[in-house]
Amino acid sequence: MAYAAGVDVGSTQTKAVVIDEQGRIVGRALTMTGANVTRAAEEAFAIALADGDVREEEVEYVVGTGYGRYKVTFGNTQVTEISCHGRGAVHMFPNTRTVVDMGGQDTKAIRVSARGEIVDFCMNDKCAAGTGRFLGAASSALEIPLDQLGHTALRGERPVKISTTCTVFAESEVLSWLGKGKKIEDILLGVHQSIAGRSTGLAWRVGIEPEVTFTGGVAKNIAMIESLEKAMGMKVNVSDDSHYMGALGAALFALDHIFASRTPAATRGVTA
Amino acid sequence: MSETAGAESIVGRGNREGARLFRQWFDGLGQAAEENRGGAYVFVMGSLGELLSTFDLPLVFPEINSLQTAVRHQAHDYLNEAEDVGYSPDICGYVKADVATQRRGGMLPMGRIPKPSIAVLTNACNTYIKWAEIWERMYKMPAYVLDIPASRQDGHPVNRHTPGFERDRKYVAAQLRELIAVLEQVTGKKFDVDRLRETMKHANTMSRGWKRVLELNQSRPSLFNALSDGTIYLGVCNGFRGHEAGAKYFDELVEEMEYKRANGIGTLVDEKHRLLFVGVPCYPIFRRFTELFSEHGGTFVNSTYLWFASGGTNLGFEYELADPLESLAEGLLTGVSDAMDSMFFQTNALVKMVDDFAVDGVVYHPVKSCRTTSTGQADSRRALMAARDVNSLFIESDMMDRRVVSEAQLKNRIDAFFEGLESRRNQAAAGIA
Repeated sequence: MAYAAGVDVGSTQTKAVVIDEQGRIVGRALTMTGANVTRAAEEAFAIALADGDVREEEVEYVVGTGYGRYKVTFGNTQVTEISCHGRGAVHMFPNTRTVVDMGGQDTKAIRVSARGEIVDFCMNDKCAAGTGRFLGAASSALEIPLDQLGHTALRGERPVKISTTCTVFAESEVLSWLGKGKKIEDILLGVHQSIAGRSTGLAWRVGIEPEVTFTGGVAKNIAMIESLEKAMGMKVNVSDDSHYMGALGAALFALDHIFASRTPAATRGVTA
Repeated sequence: MSETAGAESIVGRGNREGARLFRQWFDGLGQAAEENRGGAYVFVMGSLGELLSTFDLPLVFPEINSLQTAVRHQAHDYLNEAEDVGYSPDICGYVKADVATQRRGGMLPMGRIPKPSIAVLTNACNTYIKWAEIWERMYKMPAYVLDIPASRQDGHPVNRHTPGFERDRKYVAAQLRELIAVLEQVTGKKFDVDRLRETMKHANTMSRGWKRVLELNQSRPSLFNALSDGTIYLGVCNGFRGHEAGAKYFDELVEEMEYKRANGIGTLVDEKHRLLFVGVPCYPIFRRFTELFSEHGGTFVNSTYLWFASGGTNLGFEYELADPLESLAEGLLTGVSDAMDSMFFQTNALVKMVDDFAVDGVVYHPVKSCRTTSTGQADSRRALMAARDVNSLFIESDMMDRRVVSEAQLKNRIDAFFEGLESRRNQAAAGIA
């Protein structure tokens, strides 16, 4: 049995996944990226190996992805997280045609083919407004742990209208609503709806085609899922491994390389 | 001459000579500034270089001066200086770099430019008019604005045989006569129609050559990179418009491209992806920007920039020398209209370019500091993708301001774009529809 691995070095967190030849996740890891990107990648990879009870020499191919992909020095090659999220989403939900990935510093809308290849994509530019980082700032301003934001927001009944999702102004935006006497849950629901609206606008730039799969760390947030579904007017797929979708896609590209290397050159098919 | 020696002297000559002429042009501007002679400040869309050079006015292109500060990694100093005196971060970066240049007595990284004796401009770009008003306030000199009708109306290709066009042509010709009177007053020189015929003859050679050069890049492999090499050619196209040196340059450039085509000499050793560029280049990282594509075997075979920044001369319009003023009006009307079409009504022409140049991918590059060239690109992209099954990339940065240029973000998107192109190529090779 051979294994393949993907290491997704994001701006905030590093994710690693080890998969078997059937494309099943056998080990996963999530660490903070920090300043030493190479070390973060190594640590995540080591944890994923331990989690899957897989020895390093059993992993035949490693693909690095994310902003720090070129710092995955032990990796065999690199693929952008845009391709990886598309690939991972289609692997998990084969009918996926649109992927919305919400990460720490950027949000992507990706339109994919049935084989998980990119047809078109769009990302926020130069500005982290409307990304997971805004939720982090709101969490800090309201002193509510990040993992409880969604549940708190869902208790909201009269969401406020958040005019800016600028991460820099997040605290003053939130505090101004508190100053007006608004409930925390209404403010948070407004925050989620605002970000969902912005992400939906991004997705329309590539054309929203069902099914939509929601990936990235923010996809764990139940209020964001609901807000996104409301903004898009349709259900969205969310996997328990949504956070690892980029790493999974990278591992699937690694698996392609393993299979391609076993196939005689003349009969090789499509690889990444 | 041996074949190798021949190749060495011809291949790359356009770039070498372009750089030499550019230096020569700036030396001339520096000398005019030294002698306190005023220049004619003009713009790339409708410069009227043919007419102005008959009055021996040195041509100053503030747009080109400004972009040079970015290419030489000094734009931020100029932009900051203009912003310090109140110019908004949101307005045209070219304007701000020029304001700082004027405040520095015309000093640029390439040398010093003369003050304006006159500014001649068209209504092609909204900013041109407000920009010229700044010089008017600074120098109390005249700014002559030519009103070019229908420049916001789709005219590609311009239909010259309608009553409406004839009325427009006469309207522009009347303005040219008025401009000539102003030029006589400013320079103290009498208008010489025979000199105009001479400069128009050279401009004809240049237009003919430019059109041919652009067409020749349909070759596979492509003969020049429309973004990097093309910008050098554009410099000569503008700075030497109507000059004998400009005519010679374009004759030789055609010769170079014909030679490269005949000998299969491409701009890349391994051309994998033929690309089309839409918008203004990213000058703060000009060389690196091109490398981000060439590293993947991608080369730009054509660009809307070569279209509008040449003032529409890509059409190969040739003047009728028997009736120079009427024909100059026709050329101006046609060129400006076509330049504006490249921004506002570009889709059909882009579709044609995709077909004619066998384009694999289209790169849209809206920039923060020029909404004229950027607004509408998202719609154009959608329309193009509906018309042709071609990959496209939409990346935003700026032509001047490095504060809004993030190489890491650009690279990420460009890498993903090429992953899509490679994937499509592999599918095609494997016979997968």
